[in-house]
Amino acid sequence: MVSGLINPNSVVYEKKERRIRSAPADADEYAVELIDQQEIFDILFLNIYSFFINLEQLVLIHHIRDIKDPEHPYSLEELKVITEDVIEVDDKQSYVCVTFTPTVEHCNMATIIGLCLRVKIMRSLPSRYKVDIKVAPGTHATEAVVNKQLNDKERVAAALENPNPLDMVDECLAPSYN
Amino acid sequence: MAERNEWVSHIESFVDTSRTSSQQASSLNAIASLLKNDVITIEALVREMEMYLTTTDNIIRARGIILLAELLALLTTKALDDATVHSLIAFFTERLADWKALRGALVGCLALLRRKANAGVITRSDARDLCFELLECLLERYPDAVVPLGDDLVYGICEAVDGEKDPQCLMLTFHIIEILAKLFPDPCGPVANFAGDLFDILGCYFPIHFTHAKGEDVDIKRDSLSMALMQAFSSTPLFEPFAVPLLLEKLSSSLPLAKVDSLKYLSHCSLKYGPDRMAKHAGAIWSSLKDVICTSIQEPSLPLAPESLDGPSFHINEIVAEALALLQRVNAQNDGLYLNYIFGDEDINMVISTINNFRSSIVISLQSKQTLFSVGCILSVSAKCSNPSCNKVIERYLPILMDNLGLSTENSSAGSSPASRLALCKSLNFGALFLCIELLIACRDLAVGSNSVSSQETWFSMLWGFSSSMTKAFSSALLASITEDAQDADIVLMVKGLQVLATFPGGFLLISKSIYEEILMALLAIITNGFNRKTLWGIALKALVSIASYTDEYHETEKATIYTHVVVEKLVSLMSLEECNMPVQLRLEATVGIGLSGTNYMLRVIQGLEEAIFSLLAEVHGNLKSADALVHLLECYSNQVIPWVNAIGGLDEIPLRFSVNYWSYMESINFSMAVQERKLLNAATMAMKLAIAICSVESQKIIIQKAYGVLSAISYFHLNEPTSLTIPLEVQGFQPTQSMENVTCKDEWLISSFASVIIAARPTTNILHLRAAVNLFMIAFLNGHVQAAQALGSLINKMHLGRDINDCSLDEVMDLVFNSSLWGSLSEEYLRSGEVGNSSEMDISKLCLDSMNDRLVRTHVISGLSWIGKGLLMRGHEKVKNVIMILLRCLLSNGKPGTSSLQQSLSQDSEQDLLLKRSVADAFHTLLSDSDVCLNRKFHATVKPLYKQRFFNTIIPILLSLLNNSYSSTTRLMIYRAFGHVVSDTPLVAVMSEAKKLLPMLLEGLSMLSEDFHSKDIIYNLLLVLSGILTDKTGQEAALENVHTTINCLTRLISYPHMMLVRETAIQCIAAMSELKHARIYPMRLQISQALSKALDDPKRDVRREAVRCRQAWASIASRSLYS
Repeated sequence: MVSGLINPNSVVYEKKERRIRSAPADADEYAVELIDQQEIFDILFLNIYSFFINLEQLVLIHHIRDIKDPEHPYSLEELKVITEDVIEVDDKQSYVCVTFTPTVEHCNMATIIGLCLRVKIMRSLPSRYKVDIKVAPGTHATEAVVNKQLNDKERVAAALENPNPLDMVDECLAPSYN
Repeated sequence: MAERNEWVSHIESFVDTSRTSSQQASSLNAIASLLKNDVITIEALVREMEMYLTTTDNIIRARGIILLAELLALLTTKALDDATVHSLIAFFTERLADWKALRGALVGCLALLRRKANAGVITRSDARDLCFELLECLLERYPDAVVPLGDDLVYGICEAVDGEKDPQCLMLTFHIIEILAKLFPDPCGPVANFAGDLFDILGCYFPIHFTHAKGEDVDIKRDSLSMALMQAFSSTPLFEPFAVPLLLEKLSSSLPLAKVDSLKYLSHCSLKYGPDRMAKHAGAIWSSLKDVICTSIQEPSLPLAPESLDGPSFHINEIVAEALALLQRVNAQNDGLYLNYIFGDEDINMVISTINNFRSSIVISLQSKQTLFSVGCILSVSAKCSNPSCNKVIERYLPILMDNLGLSTENSSAGSSPASRLALCKSLNFGALFLCIELLIACRDLAVGSNSVSSQETWFSMLWGFSSSMTKAFSSALLASITEDAQDADIVLMVKGLQVLATFPGGFLLISKSIYEEILMALLAIITNGFNRKTLWGIALKALVSIASYTDEYHETEKATIYTHVVVEKLVSLMSLEECNMPVQLRLEATVGIGLSGTNYMLRVIQGLEEAIFSLLAEVHGNLKSADALVHLLECYSNQVIPWVNAIGGLDEIPLRFSVNYWSYMESINFSMAVQERKLLNAATMAMKLAIAICSVESQKIIIQKAYGVLSAISYFHLNEPTSLTIPLEVQGFQPTQSMENVTCKDEWLISSFASVIIAARPTTNILHLRAAVNLFMIAFLNGHVQAAQALGSLINKMHLGRDINDCSLDEVMDLVFNSSLWGSLSEEYLRSGEVGNSSEMDISKLCLDSMNDRLVRTHVISGLSWIGKGLLMRGHEKVKNVIMILLRCLLSNGKPGTSSLQQSLSQDSEQDLLLKRSVADAFHTLLSDSDVCLNRKFHATVKPLYKQRFFNTIIPILLSLLNNSYSSTTRLMIYRAFGHVVSDTPLVAVMSEAKKLLPMLLEGLSMLSEDFHSKDIIYNLLLVLSGILTDKTGQEAALENVHTTINCLTRLISYPHMMLVRETAIQCIAAMSELKHARIYPMRLQISQALSKALDDPKRDVRREAVRCRQAWASIASRSLYS
């Protein structure tokens, strides 16, 4: 049992200024708008607070029971776990790849974060997509293991059949109504 | 009732002062026993005694209150509920202020305080509340009695107040201390002895910080509490040695609230304590103030909006505002002292001496900008203070700044040498410019505040010396910035400078006429030449507008004359100029913007605008460019001028003049050229419509008269027509098929214009030659002239029922419309067949159904008919039924067996037939929707309340039964189309009450209409209604009953190809359904999940986003079932 925060003094980055998508002036009813980087980012961070607050509460509940204050002040975006730039997407080829950065090298939440990302994307993109989730190179101690785990269809499917991890993922992805 | 009389007589005997005291006592006991035995209640008693308790007769009121009080004293054990106790408390405490009946109030309060515990007592805080109130009252009303108590009293109050936490009580205690301090002003008196203790008690409340939850203590606000404490702080100068150090200490706190409060208190206290006592704190106050201003000032994030012209150049938050207010106050109290601090301040001197470092607004750091801004604030506040301090500030700083800007005092000679002016144009030092403008504004504020400008003051003569060179420098720099790059911040400052100079009070005391003209010319030059520089242009216009409103507000007639001459005339002349680089929208924006700042300017602008409109109208023939400009001018007239005239009121002659001129123009112009510009015609008739709508009845009569004169030019219009309408030969001759070609351009303009007059006329305006007018409109309307139909609709809508002011009654007009032989003339087959029926609707419906007639005409007739129907519907006239029947008959024409047109084979159910039926269905939209062009409040329509709801309730059952009886798919489709219009144009509340009945039909309609490409807007509107139903409680019940059909319908619409909004709304509806009863919707989730997975691949981003959200909402249903 870990008795303190895994990463008590995490570096907090400023949130990137969101670019606002300019609405097309003369909307062509039949024009096709391709799925792009920003859209995936928005999907992942759609209810940005609910997702991260859930995830963080989960972290707190499952690993750091000693911490009484449930309000972890930072979201994963501020911790730079994910930024828009690390999302690769090609709508024509139906391919998306998300690279995330665990906050510390030994972060044992890396797998669960990755699984959440994968499930969220799977549920939000058309089924034709191939999804890759990766830990950013050089940011995690057991990078290769985590990557292999996250992209192994069988293991992901198995994990999602196991009520334990599925519960955690669902808890993370459930919308919070506050 | 006998009983009631009995106790009422007891009350009377107690109140009556002529009775003996034993009589009164027995009455009192009698009532008390009645109360004890629950024969009467306190409420009933109080209600009965109302007059005694509130009368203005002092004696009776006092007796009444004593009666109530003594009764309470006798009832200490009687159980009373909380509400009664509270209202009694409220009553007696309020009565404490009524000193003529004070005894009763005091007795009552005591009685309340003494109530037995189990019989409904006042709560602890209530009790303290009452006690404090009694104390307050004693101190206020009986100072003579309490003053001799001296030290004991003050000590006692200290004890009582200490540690109080209830907000209500605190309000009282603060006030008590305030009164106390006023009772003992003596510097050796009891308050002086206890000042330290008293202040200790008070001081710990500062700053007031409220942590109560929102629900509690709603009646006491933090602000009022803080205000009361401030009054207590400043109640006596004896607190000064304690209060000022505390406030200064709290000023350095990091809590913004504490800062603001400290500043407020300091400012208030310094006023009350007086300059002598405050003088010894001056140094400390100055240094804290400087710190606060320097650290709290911020640069605005968007400094360059034209709005920043009137406000300060930097963002002033509450702290800075309070700090500056304090500085101004202490400065005014003791100006020499603070000025010395300012002049001696190292930081300020540093800024001034290194002003060259602030060369450009871009390169200097945020921190030095803050410093610069705070110095600007401090100097401007000190200068604003009084004439002597302004003299000192200006004397000390202005020459340095001017020198830095390179400006000289040569006022009389024509400015500085050309060489130095050239240097000026390049760039002015931002820092110096900023400070200079701040000082200039401060001087103007001082001059405005002191009402009269004394030219004797030093500051004034110094400014006067520099005014000419400042004007020249600023205007040449601004003009240069049209072509060259310049810092926007500099531009704002310079325009501001010019504006301040031009609006300096006192006529031409500071600047001469020629300089004033020069300023106006410079700004005007930016308007006319600098329209490509958006910021510059906007700011210059803003400055011109505020100069204009200044002259108007302060009645500077001389300046106003020059302004009109230089600016307004020039802009007005630009309006009609065809060859002008400046876009016409900008010309109008500038002209009207300036016009709106003063009535006289606006009158001139309106005149100019009218002239421009009519001169352009005369030469518009086919000239596309000038037609376009004309449309802008007309729209400006409609959207800006008319609302202004209407708001000002009493300017009837302006719209009258416009309309009369318009008709004169109609008369004179030669329409040989084809002005086929529909946009122009619409703009012109709209402007006239709006103008006439605001005219008085008399003016409208004049216009109508004038219009008739011109109309006689139309070949088939006969003014003095006999009552029976005959079809003029010309009309009989023309083929309705070629409708528009046959009506000449001039006729079209004339008819449209005349229709506009009728549409906008007031109900009481007498319309001459009504028959002739109706006849004209009928002809035009049957030729597809929509405005004529709208005019007919308006006419019918607004006419009085009886025959009063017009030459024929409403019924006659209706006869004219519905039984007109014109219908027949178009329906030749009908004439030949010889079927003469009197039923009016038969005539028209016959026409509408007649296959021999051109469908185009019938479409015209239908759309015209809908406007007439709308007029009837809005006033609630029963004849609207006829119109509806015709429409429905057309809708069903060949779906229903037995009609004459059955012989029409199905193959002939052609495109055109469909078109006709669609126009019939769309007529329901015209009937129910709100129109901008006629039949609304603006155009004085008669509107019966809830007419839409009424219509909705009548027509829906009819449509339902029609649906049940018709089998042709096109007919059904069109009925659904009509249904869609009706449902989406009726207020949602009315639809909601019928939700249960409507929902199946609505869903069926959605599925039917989704096959038809032309119905996408209706589908969208229906979906909006559906989403309204799904989010409403009663609607949700209806939805539950139809869960399967609803979901089937919506999942189909998710892939509706023709409109993105339909798909998006359908998904939103599905998301809304996830809130329905869980057990009913749970089985649907698979179907929905499949439909949504397709939507995830939608070509449109918004749809995909909604799909993700919706999926999430439905996924959480599944997990809810798992976990809860």
